[in-house]
Amino acid sequence: MQSHLYLAAEAAGSTSRTLTITLFLCFVAITLGITIWASRQTKTATDYYAGGRSFSGFQNGMAIGGDYMSAASFLGIAGLIALYGYDGFLYSIGFLVAWLVALLLVAEFLRNSGRYTMADVLAFRMRQRPVRTAASVSTIVVSIFYLIAQMVGAGALVSLLLGITPGTTFLGMDADTAKVATIILVGALMIVYVVVGGMKGTTYVQIVKAFMLMTGALLMTLLVLAHYKFNLSALLGDAAEQSGKGSAFLEPGLRYGVETAGDAAKTFYSKMDLLSLGIALVLGTAGLPHILTRFYTVPTSKIARKSVLWAIGIIGTFYLFTLALGFGAAALVGGKAITAQDKAGNTAAPQLARALGIDYFGGETGGAVLLAIIAAVAFATILAVVAGLTLASSSSVAHDFYASVVKRGQASERDEVRVARISAFVIGAIAIVLSIFAQSLNVAFLVALAFAVAASANLPAILYSLFWKRFNTSGALWAIYGGLISAVVLVFFSPVVSGSPTAMFPNSDWHWFPLNNPGIISIPIGFLCGYIGTVLSKETDVEKYAELEVRSVTGFGAH
Amino acid sequence: MTTDTTPTEKYLEVQRSDEFVALRRRLRNFIFPVTVAFFLWYALYVLLSAYARDFMSVKLFGNINVALVLGVLQFISTFVIAWYYSRFAARQIDPTADKIRADMTAAAAARGSATPATPATPATPATPAAGATPAAPAAAAAPEDDATETDTEAVK
Repeated sequence: MQSHLYLAAEAAGSTSRTLTITLFLCFVAITLGITIWASRQTKTATDYYAGGRSFSGFQNGMAIGGDYMSAASFLGIAGLIALYGYDGFLYSIGFLVAWLVALLLVAEFLRNSGRYTMADVLAFRMRQRPVRTAASVSTIVVSIFYLIAQMVGAGALVSLLLGITPGTTFLGMDADTAKVATIILVGALMIVYVVVGGMKGTTYVQIVKAFMLMTGALLMTLLVLAHYKFNLSALLGDAAEQSGKGSAFLEPGLRYGVETAGDAAKTFYSKMDLLSLGIALVLGTAGLPHILTRFYTVPTSKIARKSVLWAIGIIGTFYLFTLALGFGAAALVGGKAITAQDKAGNTAAPQLARALGIDYFGGETGGAVLLAIIAAVAFATILAVVAGLTLASSSSVAHDFYASVVKRGQASERDEVRVARISAFVIGAIAIVLSIFAQSLNVAFLVALAFAVAASANLPAILYSLFWKRFNTSGALWAIYGGLISAVVLVFFSPVVSGSPTAMFPNSDWHWFPLNNPGIISIPIGFLCGYIGTVLSKETDVEKYAELEVRSVTGFGAH
Repeated sequence: MTTDTTPTEKYLEVQRSDEFVALRRRLRNFIFPVTVAFFLWYALYVLLSAYARDFMSVKLFGNINVALVLGVLQFISTFVIAWYYSRFAARQIDPTADKIRADMTAAAAARGSATPATPATPATPATPAAGATPAAPAAAAAPEDDATETDTEAVK
């Protein structure tokens, strides 16, 4: 049955292909139009970095949703739920609860006291050059981890869409070449959005994308639920049965915290990995540079708060949809067909779209149409997130590193924006190259690594900065570098990079760290380093702390 | 720039004022305990997923088990806390914060008219105002001008 569907779908492949490409080009044309329009209104640095601070709470809430609901959320989580059942849902929960950290502890304070980047708050009462350099480095590292995940998603998607399986070709390209070509295409488009449109253009792209994604996910959720006459229990039952794992599919433990009989160490590490993932997810959001810069696009902290509330509503609703998408894919597509297309499950959602289309809209053509629509949504998702990430990291290079460190605050506004645009090219290029090595990894999992790095390097420094009077330059540097280095080193020596069949380098083995996610070790290291670094230095600036505290709470003098 | 019109002593004075101290206490007494509470509630959920498999797999109705219900409860608690915080902030924080900000803005304006401030350079982070010293990087982190503040107020 599954393979029959699969072959039939191959036949309808060319319809789907043409339609997807058409729809995707429509999205690109519309968003490029917006970007060019936005570029005409981008005159000052505030326009470029912060979209003129003119967005409303709802607009920015949508844009936050657009930035946050990445390929990891749409493709990755649906794939994990489809393959491993309940464990994939852990991601949805962690990704959502994390917003409370941002809402309660970070968003408004940051909006009140910062200007364009995360470093504005970190460096507020510190020596500018070292702290801004550190913040810039960690911004780039986090963004690149995140970018890799998005590019991998794009690569997986294109081989599904173009119907390329190993051994077949498209326009003379085999599967691998086509993936690389897609990654380069996505990279090139993102550079155009960022370089031309700046924050204003990127924000509108996020809003359009969030709307498309919510509509697409809602449609699929309704179709899945309608298939089971809106009986959630029946959907779960069918998913469990199709998975071949029975009720274990609906319980935690198939992917994380796996209990291996007779191997206590393996069981222990697997459970630690689950806890590590849980901590990284919930603490990572408030340290993500591309999310933090979103709070600057609204005029006041009250509107920043409103935008986070909208974001929580939109994102939470979307993550509830992931249940239907993931279990729907498990039930209606089946794990075998999913892994045949993409080992990590990244194509489960679009494959579900094809199955639903066949079911509801007149056979193969209907399947091709719905697949094309959802694939276009997924491409839009990836493109928008990639643009947001590139913008945040290139802003940090220009505003924190170039203007404050290299030019010691003497750079002209025009120069600064020019450097931001050049950095967008460079960062995009690095991400493209690295993502070619990460094709075998699940994108939600890759994003979880970015979250771990953000939670280790950025969050401790942000929280200490805002709430700890004694915190100083030395503490900030220790916190950022300590958290960053420990997270990156642990990832490098983890089974993710080497020594396992799905590693980036599956044929080598230099791993000694047993966990996939470093959070449970590296996040405490970040906090601890921040503390040690602070008490080792006598520096403390009571006056600047007074200024930061008064401004961050009251909004006096906010930009 | 604020550093011109709002001297450091002013920030220290405000920071020590009863009004601000009370405001900060109200805010922290809300955000810190609530953060601890939702973090523990989330940690409990993750720990149960890792170590209480038998409990999580109990079926409540149909194929809906404890794990799924607890997961959805995390969604509900997130929505409720977000709503509760926004209500709290609007009632308990915003009025006082607005008042302190208005007082400070008025004071800064009074000082600004007494001693003409340096030429305003709104939204120009790295271009130092005329006559800037090499200390500009420090100023760049916290540049201010009354024009921006007025804009901010006007948007409301």
